[in-house]
Amino acid sequence: MPEIRNYTLNFGPQHPAAHGVLRLVLELDGEVIQRADPHVGLLHRATEKLAESKPFNQNIPYMDRLDYVSMMCNEHAYVMAIEKLLGIEPPIRAQYIRVMFDEITRILNHLLWLGTHGLDIGAMTIFLYAFREREDLIDCYEAVTGARMHAAYYRPGGVYRDLPDRMPHYEKSKWHNETEVKRLNTNRQGSLLDFIEDFTKRFPQYVDEYETLLTENRIWKQRTVGIGVVSPERAQNLGFSGPMLRGSGIEWDLRKKQPYEVYDKLDFDIPIGLNGDTYDRYLVRMEEMRQSNHIIEQCVDWLRKNPGPVMVANHKIAPPKRETMKSEMEGLIHHFKFFSESYCVPEGEVYQAVEHPKGEFGIYLISDGANKPYRMKIRAPGFAHLAAMDEMAKGHMIADVVALIGTQDIVFGEIDR
Amino acid sequence: MKAIKDYIKRLFLLELRDGLKVTGRYLFDKKITVQYPDERTPQSHRFRGRHALRRYPNGEERCIACKLCEAVCPALAITIEADHRPDGTRSTTRYEIDLTKCIFCGLCEESCPVDSIVETRVFEYSGEQRGDLLMTKEKLLAAGEQLEKQLAADKALDRAYR
Repeated sequence: MPEIRNYTLNFGPQHPAAHGVLRLVLELDGEVIQRADPHVGLLHRATEKLAESKPFNQNIPYMDRLDYVSMMCNEHAYVMAIEKLLGIEPPIRAQYIRVMFDEITRILNHLLWLGTHGLDIGAMTIFLYAFREREDLIDCYEAVTGARMHAAYYRPGGVYRDLPDRMPHYEKSKWHNETEVKRLNTNRQGSLLDFIEDFTKRFPQYVDEYETLLTENRIWKQRTVGIGVVSPERAQNLGFSGPMLRGSGIEWDLRKKQPYEVYDKLDFDIPIGLNGDTYDRYLVRMEEMRQSNHIIEQCVDWLRKNPGPVMVANHKIAPPKRETMKSEMEGLIHHFKFFSESYCVPEGEVYQAVEHPKGEFGIYLISDGANKPYRMKIRAPGFAHLAAMDEMAKGHMIADVVALIGTQDIVFGEIDR
Repeated sequence: MKAIKDYIKRLFLLELRDGLKVTGRYLFDKKITVQYPDERTPQSHRFRGRHALRRYPNGEERCIACKLCEAVCPALAITIEADHRPDGTRSTTRYEIDLTKCIFCGLCEESCPVDSIVETRVFEYSGEQRGDLLMTKEKLLAAGEQLEKQLAADKALDRAYR
């Protein structure tokens, strides 16, 4: 009798469902997975090392490129770590702007997750609908920062610029005549806040549509219910965080447990799952989008009523206004000092975590008193999730691996750093 | 009772009907497609695209070769060499931005004390040969001259915020 051996299969890194550059070595018994061995490091860009050679502010653009679908949340952890070392607090308006954009980022991230997760499992339409809404939110990113993805907007001590009071408009073309362009521009007449408010009013219906398409759909349920079950104890022991942990039924959210910025002043709930399977994690993320929408509503309301500074007035940490820089000697000196030498941060170590769309994203920063970090460690939530791939995939079919990659919401920018 | 209800729902494919209603509605709805390149999505006046060097209205170069942009560039994409001109003013003899290195973070524009280096709305560019993506001083100044009207308008809109 011939010897029966397990078959080893390479999944990725070029597989379209591998979400970037994931390479999984799967040991198969027929179609059943015996062992799943993720190989990481294909997108390693040495961000941590790179940060040691650059003044604090110059690292902000590189933070965007960690988890490149939730850009501003990465920046948030980094600038908050620096603020903690410096012992400063940004103006309240800047805190609200940051919270609002964190939540916009959360919706952006979950929409991309929903689209790609659906596409992997075989739901095509949802991808198109999710990207339609992403377009609106990316427009908000562009209006406020000038970049559609890599924002570089948060700064230690606040945010770079206040929210613009106008939105760009569609222009007439041979495809759309004047009346159609007018219709397209109806929600772009006012400021950015008006545009976001209009979005928050529309968005709950869109989420309802997604749920109509998926939640009760038999194919969706067959592919997700009971796949990758993680018990609450195991989820904790494996170092899960974010929706992965909440999907297993543990009520843990840094926005509630260790409120940073103005989250303690805002009203929102944290959804949790019951069974800890892929379907529950889907439901958790869907509800999170609604909650984020609710937070954005409150922030828009507050920001409308309370104009004010968005950056600290300490010109050692933030550059002076251009008007000051051009008319006063001191302002000019501050400007040159700030952009050439940057600022020095007191000696010490801090750890600052934020509730990133994927989980707990933390920055551990050591400063030796210089103008650049002595050492920076990035705690990426996806890394712990990917490490559990073997445990989650064991005993499932090959096709379920795709569902698991989707439910873990893997982005290699942060895992490989 | 619930079991019977669920059974009927499953038997008559009710949830699939609901889903198809949504997709059916969008099938006959107004399309949201933007027919690029005939038309474009709206572009913010803060957009950070390919760079340009600006001149003053009298034709004088704005850049004074202070090299702040070179110092602040996180990707080390800017190279500057400077010298004195015959009339004693300082100016750059070499100003290059390597677009293959640039990460379009906008720090050069933020740091420029004379609003010389700016990021324009141009995002459609390509290179066929080596060196095509190296923006030399001539290319940057030419871009600035070509786009000056738009640039001046965009910067004026954003003046109050910076």
